[in-house]
Amino acid sequence: MQSQTLGWLLLAPTLLILAVFGLTPFLYVLVVSFFDWNSFAADPTMRFSGLSNYRHLVFDKGFLMALWNTFKFGVFAVVSQIVLGYFLAQLFMKDFPLKGFFRTIHTLPLMIAPVAVGATWRLMTVPGLGPIPYYLNQWFGYEFLISRFAGQAFMTAVIMDIWHWTPLVTLTLLAALSSMPKEPFEQAQIDGANRYQTFWYVTLPMLKPAILSALFIRLMDAMRTVDEIWMLTGGGPGSATRFIGLYIWRIVFPKTDYGYGSAMSLITLYLTIVLCWLLYAGLVARRDLRKPE
Amino acid sequence: MTRNRPGLSLLFWLVASLVTLFPIYWMFVVSARSRVELFSAPSFLIKSFFSENYLNTIHDPTYQKYMLNSIVIATSNALLVTVLALLACYALSRYKLSGKENIFFWTITNRMAPPAAFLLPLFLLYTQVFVVGDWKMFDTRIGLILLYCVFNLPFAIWTLRGVIDAIPRELDEAAFVDGASTWQVLIHVILPLARPGLAVTAILCWVFAWNEYLFAATLTSVNARTITTGLAEFVTVTGTNWGQMAATAMLTLIPAVAFLALVQKHIVAGLTFGAVKG
Repeated sequence: MQSQTLGWLLLAPTLLILAVFGLTPFLYVLVVSFFDWNSFAADPTMRFSGLSNYRHLVFDKGFLMALWNTFKFGVFAVVSQIVLGYFLAQLFMKDFPLKGFFRTIHTLPLMIAPVAVGATWRLMTVPGLGPIPYYLNQWFGYEFLISRFAGQAFMTAVIMDIWHWTPLVTLTLLAALSSMPKEPFEQAQIDGANRYQTFWYVTLPMLKPAILSALFIRLMDAMRTVDEIWMLTGGGPGSATRFIGLYIWRIVFPKTDYGYGSAMSLITLYLTIVLCWLLYAGLVARRDLRKPE
Repeated sequence: MTRNRPGLSLLFWLVASLVTLFPIYWMFVVSARSRVELFSAPSFLIKSFFSENYLNTIHDPTYQKYMLNSIVIATSNALLVTVLALLACYALSRYKLSGKENIFFWTITNRMAPPAAFLLPLFLLYTQVFVVGDWKMFDTRIGLILLYCVFNLPFAIWTLRGVIDAIPRELDEAAFVDGASTWQVLIHVILPLARPGLAVTAILCWVFAWNEYLFAATLTSVNARTITTGLAEFVTVTGTNWGQMAATAMLTLIPAVAFLALVQKHIVAGLTFGAVKG
């Protein structure tokens, strides 16, 4: 029993910090979301308002738009990263000179602060300064102006995210690929499987845990991207790149409408969890259905 | 499988590396140019190095303070997180604690929450609740150091758990038989064996803390601002000093890149998030 106590003592500081700085804000936001509270309003006190914050949220066009944009952004970016990351990981499995050097270069974007990434891409796309708009115009006569065209701003944000985060997917899949046993591949070759069949029936099922964890980590991160986009476009033009994190931080926060902002934060948290859970249930259930065949 | 053609791979990775490096190279180009040079037709060559952009940032007392804050916060956080995670992982690995797998999982979930959802409550807590007399947690270094634990501790516990589990129990049992205390076992048995894992964890935590922007921008105003918030301050409504912004961004990059060079061999293992284990 003595040693049990010691074990809890060793865990205590960690649990204490996480409770104070991780759990308390969550409980706090839960309480505040049921109140009308705006410190700059005529009546700056907290008044209980039941579910009215949540009721307004359902009809808030800006909020719904931000959610939809975030979802689109997440899907575009993460799907591209998984596909690209898989091919790059496969290429890293081969032997070639200077492999370690190239892997370091490929890992580089991961270490850069998101704010600096946003700054970099802004420097490349700002009209009059960046090479991208200049050469697109010189060579193809294509007008590239992310401060005016919503589609271009959105795609630039997606490409920036791909540049920044594909290395994480590559490294995750690379680690999984390198630890795979060789026998199933040899067996598949003996059985006369072609490359497509080997990929679909051998590589993919074995890689599934790694792909899933890369997918979750990336999807959750993409849903919460704020700083990079803030530096790149500031959320514009219009609401094209105004993703949910940015929306809470830049639109709701300065209005000091705390009750409403809390409700929005909670719904965002809830939707992230539900989305991940649905994805997990969907992907895992499909495998379980296929198993009996 | 396919034939191995090293030449082709080499060519591919050369091109891929150019794509990866180009944005960073461009940032360097911008940081090395004067305002006048910048707004002529973009060229990719650096004719002369315009050091004023760097010197302006380095000699600006405000940015010196930001830099110092970032260093203090990232270093304290990385050390604190690594020590706490080591203790926690040792407890999780060696003791029979009821519900410890649930605790482990709960710890991890702390990293998953979108930070934007916690900005508002944290702001309120820091300005109105975590207040002792005249002292507020808002705009203090300690506030950020402790807060960064929320996303760094789960990461550290996640990566260190495997490291501690891999150290054979017989080693600490032998030390206990020789009359060592738990503390001595931790210092003399676990610590030396876990050192590579601890180093990678500490360095990655340092980089995460160094790179963080959103909380730093929201929960500080003057005294505890970090270099990443300073970087964002260059973008203003009235215009942006692109050259100096690029120079400052290059400065924030240096420690992260230096650390990457140090840990790049171990980073693959560190980034698997237990995916390979199962």
